[in-house]
Amino acid sequence: MDLETERQPRSINEIVAIIEALIFVADEPVSAKLLAEVLDEDRETIEAAVEQLQNEYQHRESGLTLREIAGGWQISTRAEFHTEVRKFLKTRPNAKLSLAALETLAVIAYKQPVTVPEILEIRGVQSASAIKTLLDKRLITAKGRKETVGRPMQYGTSKEFLLQFGLKDLSELPSIEDFEDLAGSI
Amino acid sequence: MEQIEQFSFDFQTEIPHIIRESRDEIRLQMGEFAGPLDLLLYLIKQEQANIFDIPIARITDEYLKYIRLIKSLDTSLAADFLVMAATLIEIKSKMLLPREISEAPDEEIEDPRRELVDRLLEYETYKNASQMLWTRSTVEQAIFTRGKIESDENNTEVNSNVFDLLKIFQKILAKHKEDVILKIEREEMSLAEMLKKLKAMFREREQLHLLELLREMSTRQEIILAFIAVLELVRMGNVTLLQQSIFGDVVLTKSK
Repeated sequence: MDLETERQPRSINEIVAIIEALIFVADEPVSAKLLAEVLDEDRETIEAAVEQLQNEYQHRESGLTLREIAGGWQISTRAEFHTEVRKFLKTRPNAKLSLAALETLAVIAYKQPVTVPEILEIRGVQSASAIKTLLDKRLITAKGRKETVGRPMQYGTSKEFLLQFGLKDLSELPSIEDFEDLAGSI
Repeated sequence: MEQIEQFSFDFQTEIPHIIRESRDEIRLQMGEFAGPLDLLLYLIKQEQANIFDIPIARITDEYLKYIRLIKSLDTSLAADFLVMAATLIEIKSKMLLPREISEAPDEEIEDPRRELVDRLLEYETYKNASQMLWTRSTVEQAIFTRGKIESDENNTEVNSNVFDLLKIFQKILAKHKEDVILKIEREEMSLAEMLKKLKAMFREREQLHLLELLREMSTRQEIILAFIAVLELVRMGNVTLLQQSIFGDVVLTKSK
């Protein structure tokens, strides 16, 4: 940053406060890297500060919570208060994805990058319109072509997917083995 | 997560109410299926059958019964359901055949259901994963972030960028193009008009060469009409036909 004068080293509380302000004004989750750049502090300091802020919200049982999502930090309301928040905002939950779209999304999330024929093989049904829905909702993106016969397009999940499903990153998805173990039981 | 319990749903019973119809799905009386494997899995569970030992004859009959219920399906979707029906029937018939005693007794006899079971298990794995996604998105919908700072972006009425506009514009253009194509009407001639035209020609001259006559016609339809008109003239005895060599041109001569 273009601070010309020598600045006093900030206290950790000050850093926590600035981080809170930045995350508050941001439209999107803010990465620790970006926070470090803006504050001109090292990553360790930022991470410690973020953790402290998160604890503060928890300790005073705030209506807000600081959470890590899609590779960044975000302040959001706690899910418990959804009824009141919805009543206040006068909104209703968005239309849900169809069964077919959800299934297709699950296959893409776990097998990415994956092609349309590969999805067909698992689902046993054409998935063209489900894929179109997912593309329209920006939950998936094209990830180049597969170097095989016909060079089919490959798909993978997007950042929007992480946001809408409340995921830090893809590694936060439960492992597919957990679902394999469930399969086959009555 | 402790929150999930609060928002947990019975996936099997809740789904039919919240999902809209789409080309990918079928909606039957008792619910909705995202494909043939989904239907099959449902039937196996209904029968409380062991997936590793599917009572194939009974399940096949059940499956076919439901297939008959499906009305006005998207053709490609119907095809996928029918492929599964064929697979089931094939397995059923294989199971009915007496098994040959293997020459090498150690060799495992392949169960005809084996491949289907593998597919069902793989499918169910992803179906379970999709339930997890569904739960996650439900929880996520209960969480709100601060609204965007006053700008065009948070005004839902103009919450789009130049590319969105361009996309819509292109869509409209494309649609318009199709409309125009549909509106073009070909100038069509009737047989009566063609007959009139030929008669007018014969008023001026005694003879006409068929090949020449047909060559003058500009469209396929006119050629056909002209040919029919010639036949009509011959039938009515207005002209006679003369062919001077085999496969040669035909000369039409006005009858006296």
